[in-house]
Amino acid sequence: MEFDLTKISPEDVRELERNVFVGSIETLKGWVRSHSLWPLTFGLACCAIEMMAAGAPHYDLDRFGVMFRTSPRQADVMIVSGTVTKKMGPLLRRLYDQMPEPKWVIAMGSCATAGGPYVKSYSVIKGVDQIVPVDVYIPGCPPNPAALIYGINKLQEKIRYEARTGKRVTSG
Amino acid sequence: MSGDDRRDGGKPETANEEKLWMGSGESPGTASSEASGSASGEAPGTAGAEASGTVSAEASGTVSAEASGSASGEAPGTAGAEASGTVSAEASGTVSAEASGSASGEAPGTAGAEASGTVSGEASGTAGAEASGTVSGEASGTVEAPAAPADGTKAQPSVRRPETDEEKAARRKAALEAREAAKAAAAQGAARPAAAPGAAGGAASAAGEAAAPKPPSPNQPLLDRVVQLLRELAGEDAVEEASINEPNDHLPTLVVKAERWPACAKLLRSHPELNLNYLRNVAGVDQETHMEVVYHLLSLDSGRNYAVKVRTDRDRPQVPSVTPIWPTANWNEREIYDLLGIDFPGHPDLRRIMMPDDWVGHPLRKDYVPLDPEV
Repeated sequence: MEFDLTKISPEDVRELERNVFVGSIETLKGWVRSHSLWPLTFGLACCAIEMMAAGAPHYDLDRFGVMFRTSPRQADVMIVSGTVTKKMGPLLRRLYDQMPEPKWVIAMGSCATAGGPYVKSYSVIKGVDQIVPVDVYIPGCPPNPAALIYGINKLQEKIRYEARTGKRVTSG
Repeated sequence: MSGDDRRDGGKPETANEEKLWMGSGESPGTASSEASGSASGEAPGTAGAEASGTVSAEASGTVSAEASGSASGEAPGTAGAEASGTVSAEASGTVSAEASGSASGEAPGTAGAEASGTVSGEASGTAGAEASGTVSGEASGTVEAPAAPADGTKAQPSVRRPETDEEKAARRKAALEAREAAKAAAAQGAARPAAAPGAAGGAASAAGEAAAPKPPSPNQPLLDRVVQLLRELAGEDAVEEASINEPNDHLPTLVVKAERWPACAKLLRSHPELNLNYLRNVAGVDQETHMEVVYHLLSLDSGRNYAVKVRTDRDRPQVPSVTPIWPTANWNEREIYDLLGIDFPGHPDLRRIMMPDDWVGHPLRKDYVPLDPEV
């Protein structure tokens, strides 16, 4: 079909301007990725209960394209929700390594962020960022589902910002 | 109390600095001698207030030693309160070691105050019992309160540091004395008459539970019977102590000799009269003077409960395994081995269960120092 751009009527131009978007493929990738974050569930303590609540119908993470996976091979974000002990540390690192690129980490709650109430314990890792690179820290003990959603939102923003500007702001 | 301490530490106020200069201008030795002199000679209440106020910011090592020395003769309750107040503000690590050395022989009240870091519960109890006549309320109150901030702020590095042998010995001695004092106080308080029940009289005396004003425990016959059985069938020296644990629902509690423990365990399990076929829990305790393993036994037929304690040496802790008798003890014993380092000869698979396999040390021992303090 012939399609002469010079002969389009003004109504059609307005219609086209409303429906056709022009951007880079990077931006498109960022947009797509940020809206289908598939987290690897890493429930380790009470934060995991809040994470489950966030996934359940009331808060419904599915509406953000966030669907929990039980395999690191299918996941691109790891939500570390709970206390990471020194015994668990190597396993967490291994699961992170098994995730395909690009991948991100959310440290949920004060334990995963900095050790939390176990900061003087002999057996707890004081912050999961000692083992894996963390993109978003969510404070709280535990953070409620809304806080987790906010954290996921922040990660989405970071991913899109990175795609838009080309500046690295995540560990990706 | 803690609020004041924190404020003093945070910003040097004028009043506080004055005190500080008073302390440092004179040598700490003189300051301390003043405090002790007034404490022993005059009213203990005022002396206590002075001493803690003046010297809190300065050299607390000498001061506390002095205070305890003088206090031994006079009023143990007040002196204890002072010493702890002073110590809490500043360097507590060295102070406690010194003071315990000097005060151990003298006044139990003072000893309690130093041991506050480790065994505060017992210590306060003793102090209260001693100084009950005049200033019991004050003494116990002050002894407890400053212990917490001292731990939280200043004492932390010294706690994390590995102890020297002398300190370890001193701490152990202090714990032992505190325990002895508590036991003596309990015995005194019970005011046990001469008429103790016949067979188990010697064993029952330690707890003092057979006091005349109180009726004997409903479980006393059970205890007497099990003691009799064990002595008859497992050896005359098998039972070291026997008592009724009244706060715990009159639980009959035995202390069994470690060498006799396997024979006793077999007997408890299989004797038709006892038939304790269910081991509810096994726990390990670091009592500082010794290690202890506590077995909670239940007979599913009669519904009777017993507790058995086995004591063992602290440096080479060893208790025969009961896994062949009660298989459920398997993981309990592994846990106790993991966290307290008690060896269980006869255990089929004694290795760590909670800590990583390459872990060094046993973290629930009182003298455990982490390899990497991190924070």
